[in-house]
Amino acid sequence: MTAWEPPDRPRSRLAYCCPEKMAEDREPPPLADAVQTDFREVEEGEDLFVSTVSTAEQLSPTSPEPASFPAEDISTNSNGPKQEILLDDDQEDLFAEATEEVSLDSPEREPILSDGPSPAITPVTPTVIITPRVDALFDRSLDEDEEAEENGDTFDMQITVSDPEKVGDGMNAYMAYKVTTKTSLSLFSRNEFSVKRRFSDFLGLHSKLASKYMHIGYIVPPAPEKSIVGMTKVKVGKEDLSSAEFVEKRRSALERYLMRTVNHPALVKDPDVIQFLENTELPRAVSTQALSGAGILRMVNKAADAVNKMTIKMNESDAWFEEKQQQFENLDIQLRKLHASVESLVCHRKELSVNTASFAKSAAMLGNSEDHTALSRALSQLAEVEEKIDQLHHEQAYADFYLFSELLGDYVRLITAVKGVFDQRMKTWSKWQDAQVMLQRKREAEAKLQYANKPDKLQQAKDEIKEEIEEWEAKVQQGERDFEQISKNIRREVERFEKQRVKDFKVVIIKYLESLVHTQQQLIKYWEAFLPEAKAIA
Amino acid sequence: MGSNEDSAQSVNGSSIKITDVTQDGDTLTFAITSQKSSSSAGVCVFRTYEDFEWLQQGLFSQEDVPGLQGVIFPPLPSKPLPSTSLSQAKALKQLGFLALGDEWMIYCKALELYLQQVAAHTTLSKSKALYSFLNSSESPGKQCGKKGILNRLSQAMEEMRKEGHKDVDEFFQSERDSSTNLSALFKLSTEKFLDVVLNKQRLALACGHFSTSLHLCVNQDNPTAVAFSKICLKLSDIIEAVKINYEKVSDNDISTLGLGLDLESRYQEAKREMLFRRTCKLVELETANRNSERAKPNKKAIMEGVQKATQKEFDIISSVAKQEIEHYHRDRVSLLRDFLICWCEKQLSTARESSALLSQHLDACKKFAV
Repeated sequence: MTAWEPPDRPRSRLAYCCPEKMAEDREPPPLADAVQTDFREVEEGEDLFVSTVSTAEQLSPTSPEPASFPAEDISTNSNGPKQEILLDDDQEDLFAEATEEVSLDSPEREPILSDGPSPAITPVTPTVIITPRVDALFDRSLDEDEEAEENGDTFDMQITVSDPEKVGDGMNAYMAYKVTTKTSLSLFSRNEFSVKRRFSDFLGLHSKLASKYMHIGYIVPPAPEKSIVGMTKVKVGKEDLSSAEFVEKRRSALERYLMRTVNHPALVKDPDVIQFLENTELPRAVSTQALSGAGILRMVNKAADAVNKMTIKMNESDAWFEEKQQQFENLDIQLRKLHASVESLVCHRKELSVNTASFAKSAAMLGNSEDHTALSRALSQLAEVEEKIDQLHHEQAYADFYLFSELLGDYVRLITAVKGVFDQRMKTWSKWQDAQVMLQRKREAEAKLQYANKPDKLQQAKDEIKEEIEEWEAKVQQGERDFEQISKNIRREVERFEKQRVKDFKVVIIKYLESLVHTQQQLIKYWEAFLPEAKAIA
Repeated sequence: MGSNEDSAQSVNGSSIKITDVTQDGDTLTFAITSQKSSSSAGVCVFRTYEDFEWLQQGLFSQEDVPGLQGVIFPPLPSKPLPSTSLSQAKALKQLGFLALGDEWMIYCKALELYLQQVAAHTTLSKSKALYSFLNSSESPGKQCGKKGILNRLSQAMEEMRKEGHKDVDEFFQSERDSSTNLSALFKLSTEKFLDVVLNKQRLALACGHFSTSLHLCVNQDNPTAVAFSKICLKLSDIIEAVKINYEKVSDNDISTLGLGLDLESRYQEAKREMLFRRTCKLVELETANRNSERAKPNKKAIMEGVQKATQKEFDIISSVAKQEIEHYHRDRVSLLRDFLICWCEKQLSTARESSALLSQHLDACKKFAV
């Protein structure tokens, strides 16, 4: 295992790679704070299933949590006892403190092939084991949840992704990231812990979450995108600025991804998430590879989905959904435009940094060659000022990039997830309709049987049909319930999303302004220092 | 072409101002006002670039000035190209910083400085051409002036050879060396600085686009959308402020340091040209010496005559040159100093304004309830 060390550079060009390391030279880039404050101030406890009843008792007296998990009754057919089955021997006892906690709100119904769990993974995923007891959970009224919001829980969780390290050589190499969690939530066995994860682990996590929750209407934050080009550069050991930037960009994206995921009240309790954050060893998610069998299957399914989308004509009884879909389409377009604008801005700023550095160098040469002492000194000072200004431009480009470009990019991807959820609703509706059609057919078949001429087979057939009818009646009922539930969930999710969006943007704007103000104040200092030098030229 | 005593009344150099410029098709006409040092009465004349060229030629061709070749002539800016979008790139290449700025302001400033420098020069200020230029109601450029003995130096291949010719005087040799070096460095710095300034202008433009895009994100569908719209509008204002800041910063750059570096570069060139003229004279002198030595007895007297005359010319040129160089060093330092101070003060002021404005925005945003 060769640790990949960032190349040594005289100037702080590595800001993009290891902002923490540059802390000594300059103030840490705003992003790190942004991520944390961003998500810290957010959680007003949209805790869907704040039914971690007994956790209140289990919590240590020092924990601030007690307030955040008000005791709520959970129906008796809860998933309580199932918790024990969940845990595998080779995992720590995740739920030592939260025995009655409902960690699994919405178990897997039928695995969506496109995002199914990989066969290569040690199958301790609760999804497979738990028998769905959905009804009970979904029957809980949402009003309780809205009350929960008012309790003003503090969402105390902080995740950092750091220390990218190249493991292995050649095309089999990969980047390992350190994922550190700091939390006082009782969901976790410790307050602070870290693990090593690789990119495909993150993708695997997303894949599992998506297959569990998307079809009931939860907006699952999308994982960062794969980049074959970017990753190949890193694998072959191309240690230039662009691959350093790529690694930093990815590190930051992974961090935001995790924070968004745990920010979701249901997802944070998901055992896969907890396992991801806590377990030292995680089975490798092979099915996330682009060119694997599962990957190809995924592509095929995506195509199938697209076709289905076109053919499903839904009778939309609820105008809200139609409006919302249109709004999201518009928002998508707007955000993409903004994203393009910001990228251009970032590009120019980077260019400016390069040009300023170049000018600084030539001014320095002038200072050295100039005979007149005071003038020479002033020119050298000029060169220094310009160099410092170059630093500022560099930092500002960093801020522009991370604060805006990445935020906008994230939201463009999130909107894709939102659209996905709307599509799921359509699918659910379609399934319900199909069930109704089948039921109708069975009833017709039954009616026909009344007039059939084969008495010996008749009774058997009649019984069969009766059974089938019952089956389909149940399915129709289920279908209707599912549809209503997903509609309900989506409404709530969209509301949460919208609120979150406003908060995210507000926080980022403030961070951005702070960085702008800081830049200006630094400039003032530099100019004030230079003025006496200029005046001293005699 | 007056040869009477009018020309003896010297002009007050610092009073020379270019107050206006008008464009008619491809031609620019400059309004130039000036005052004589003895009176406060002002004169205003209108001149085109051709007139300036006529003036420069006139200065080159003064006949009654000994050692004229030793004078460092204030450099005249290149011909202004009317900037259509096609020639913008060309204009930048030819004029550099002088092509920037609104309405030829920077270019006018450079011309103004040129005239002021000519008027401040002890020898050149007495030229009739200058007097005519500043006072004559007719456009002197229309008259065919004599082609001076000093044309704009273009370094033909054969001339280049002379550039490296070893000097007999240590002072001049070192001046030549440092001149070559510094000239190149200043030119480079000017180009680099121009790149920086153009980049800032592009950045301002990009900010403008971003700001506009944000402005279009208005949506009144529901309370959250309204809140989001407000945020977008706020950000739009902020980016607009950033854009204006960049515009101001680059304007400051252009009108102070940019202009200063440009001027310094051109002045360095003028000095180099003077030194080159002297070097050519030196070569001529050394040739004359050789000829004189090798001359056959019948030609000897003539050759010696030539040699003596050339020696005299060379000596005068050298002494004028020495003086000129001293003045030059003093003037350029003071000029650069002024430009640097001005640059710094303007940027400081802009930074303070910008900081105050952004801080206001920051406070407003923090209070912005969501």
